[in-house]
Amino acid sequence: MTESSVETHDYDVVIIGAGGAGLRAAIESVARGAKTALVCKSLLGKAHTVMAEGGLAAAMGNVWPEDNWKVHFRDTMRGGKMLNNWRMAELHAKEAPDRVYELEEWGALFDRTKDGLILQRDFGGHRYARLAHVGDRTGLELIRTLQQRAVAMGIDVFMELKIVKLIHDDSGAVAGALGFWRNSGEFVLFRGKSFVLASGGIGKSWKYTSNSWESSGDGHALALWAGADLIDMEFVQFHPTGMVWPLSVRGLLVTEGVRGDGGILKNSDGERFMFNYIPPMFAPDTADSVEEADKWYDDKNFRRPPELLPRDEVARSINSEVKAGRGTAHGGVYLDIASRRSPEYIRRRLPSMYHQFKELADVDITTTPMEVGPTCHYAMGGVRVDPDSTRATVDGLFAAGEVAGGMHGSNRLGGNSLSDLIVFGRRAGIGASERALGMTSTPKISEALVNDAISETLLPLTRSDAENPFSVQHDLQETMQDLVGIIRTHRELEEAIEKLEVLQDRVDKVGATGGRRFNSSWHTAVDLKSMITVSKACANSAILRKESRGGHTRDDFPKADPEFGKINHVVSFKNGAMSVTPAPLPVMPAELAVLFEDAPPVSNPTPKGGDK
Amino acid sequence: MSDITVRIWRGDENGGEFKEYVVPAQEGEVVLDVVHRVQAGQAPDLAVRWNCKAGKCGSCSAEINGRPRLMCMTRMNSLPEGEPVTITPMKTFPIIRDLVTDVSFNFEKLKEVPALKPKPREKDGTYRMMQQDIERGQEFRKCIECFLCQDVCHVIRDHEENKENYAGPRLFIRYADLEMHPLDTNDRRKLLQEKAGLGMCNITKCCTEVCPEHIHITDNAIIPLKERVVDDRYDPIAWLGRKIFKRSSKTQASA
Repeated sequence: MTESSVETHDYDVVIIGAGGAGLRAAIESVARGAKTALVCKSLLGKAHTVMAEGGLAAAMGNVWPEDNWKVHFRDTMRGGKMLNNWRMAELHAKEAPDRVYELEEWGALFDRTKDGLILQRDFGGHRYARLAHVGDRTGLELIRTLQQRAVAMGIDVFMELKIVKLIHDDSGAVAGALGFWRNSGEFVLFRGKSFVLASGGIGKSWKYTSNSWESSGDGHALALWAGADLIDMEFVQFHPTGMVWPLSVRGLLVTEGVRGDGGILKNSDGERFMFNYIPPMFAPDTADSVEEADKWYDDKNFRRPPELLPRDEVARSINSEVKAGRGTAHGGVYLDIASRRSPEYIRRRLPSMYHQFKELADVDITTTPMEVGPTCHYAMGGVRVDPDSTRATVDGLFAAGEVAGGMHGSNRLGGNSLSDLIVFGRRAGIGASERALGMTSTPKISEALVNDAISETLLPLTRSDAENPFSVQHDLQETMQDLVGIIRTHRELEEAIEKLEVLQDRVDKVGATGGRRFNSSWHTAVDLKSMITVSKACANSAILRKESRGGHTRDDFPKADPEFGKINHVVSFKNGAMSVTPAPLPVMPAELAVLFEDAPPVSNPTPKGGDK
Repeated sequence: MSDITVRIWRGDENGGEFKEYVVPAQEGEVVLDVVHRVQAGQAPDLAVRWNCKAGKCGSCSAEINGRPRLMCMTRMNSLPEGEPVTITPMKTFPIIRDLVTDVSFNFEKLKEVPALKPKPREKDGTYRMMQQDIERGQEFRKCIECFLCQDVCHVIRDHEENKENYAGPRLFIRYADLEMHPLDTNDRRKLLQEKAGLGMCNITKCCTEVCPEHIHITDNAIIPLKERVVDDRYDPIAWLGRKIFKRSSKTQASA
């Protein structure tokens, strides 16, 4: 097959992924006059953003006038255990309010205060009630608002199209993206001046995850293969509260809003155990008695309940309780809002949680506690970008949203993801369109490179007797769950790296039965290439970080190490080989550093109630 | 537990047939779990669309024992025990393959909707909206675009020829969302009556019955929209009133 026979499109800007970040980037790019294509693996409006529940964090100060961007910035950095790119955290905290107001102007109907302003709710790690929300379906509101805006602007959308490879021009810049229509299996080539990765996360490589099949790490892998750096790939967020039963929905998200709205965690002895796990770093801000914690919901002069510690702390604590034999029958702990709030309040504030438990688990959350446990939720690591422009380390490539690294450091605060999408989605739209509009001609790409990529993608279909991709995927998920999960050790990571090499070999030989039209086994075979690549990036980074920090907990190095607090791990891929090297953390300017002067140093908890 | 038999329609636009698959039953499963187990074992190339598996994205719409439903929210123990479960693609849309249909009709219709045209901000730079004034809009904005309401709507389910001039229930709640939006200044009534074909809906409420988000599509969106578009131009009583008024005003003017 030659390039001339491949469906080809020329654009200034090509955006890969149509969740919050991709849509926001497309809106900005079109508004600035760039000819823009928006490409997505599913139907428009189905991206993972749609599943976000609790809200988007922005220091608007509608509920607590004391709130401002500096407090949000400080909370974000401390939540990330100071490993965040300070400039990204600063831009995020400063710009999030304007991005929320913009959504309102585009039609989003956020819940209101009694004065008619946007209501804000409490979430873990945020000093003030800061999350703009719509009940517990904020992600749906965000994606629908952006989608409707994009449609009204007439943006060219390519739905159900999977990108398999980025292609360089002679100068080494990214100048093409090859993909195929999932419906027909026919290939499509996008030639362009700027390419924005907005492809979301990597959670599908774990067995118990809140992520959908789409989160196969495509953008992370595409960037790496194209020569761009990834950073912080060892940091994976396990959300503390996923459903644990029935098995078929294990991992499904239970919003942090349950705890923000008064829900508490209990073990099988009925003990409210989070008081046993308050780390020194957060002790000055956290209530140490039930009485004080319960006063906080109405009076922020009291310290916050320990259930609202950052997610990494809560997830580790639940894990310790279950390991110590104080878990529920299905291996979780209890999340109880039934005994704390009225049924009317629960149904109004948490309608989709009510619906989800009622329909899928036969549990009425207004009368019965939920069973919950940690679930793989979010990749803090991603493409290494310039904070202001979102430019990757390869020319012509940009990244925004979950696929970009740096913003959240070692652990993301709840609510900071949706705001990240719109702040950096917009910045990616600016960065990408500025580069494209400054170029006079579309770069040339070699036909041979395109043809090689097509042949490689079709290989699984030529091996119909080879191993089924679903069984390889299953084994990959088991390996990552068991050996690169919430608690890690050197020995297990070593074993994981060995197993991933064997799995890589299986991925390379996998076969798909049937033809090219909407063939799930072929799609899975192709997705596996991304999944194995990001899994290796994660395991190879994790084994080098000999400390515990945020979304990376080492049983053999249970404390945070100040030396590791000075570096990010950078993953790169050259001549078919992956390497991980340390890079010094960007230094925060003095006027921001002063915000942390009185703060206790970064620490990870030594669980009092645990089994070690 | 015993075995489950599922009959899944396999084929494409040229035709197809039911294929039967038997898998062991497992506790707490939904229909989509069973389909996935069939796919992982006996039929790897089975085409099925899905994403969140939590009733939030509206991707896995199909007809289960003839009823339009989300596969991820239909628990196996809610279906008759011991009987085979029949799964077919949505009937109203063209088949792509197996359980996957071409739903682009809906996306094309969504392009025709005139966007929100917001009024200016308050003097302090904010928009003030009271919770009670946005609750109806919030109900409509719960829509996950599963298109089950479009699938079940007999105006287009049985009459392909109506698709050109009929938008369907999903679109009507989108129009209602905008028409009732406190900030909106656009008027879509003419479009609703003409291009969107609001008058063709005869309020059988099938759409409301299948909505997985329990949106009161007919009562809260379609009927109020019908009332809005029936201005004096279409309303016979208003028409009569206008005639009389004009005549009397003429009389007065000539008097």
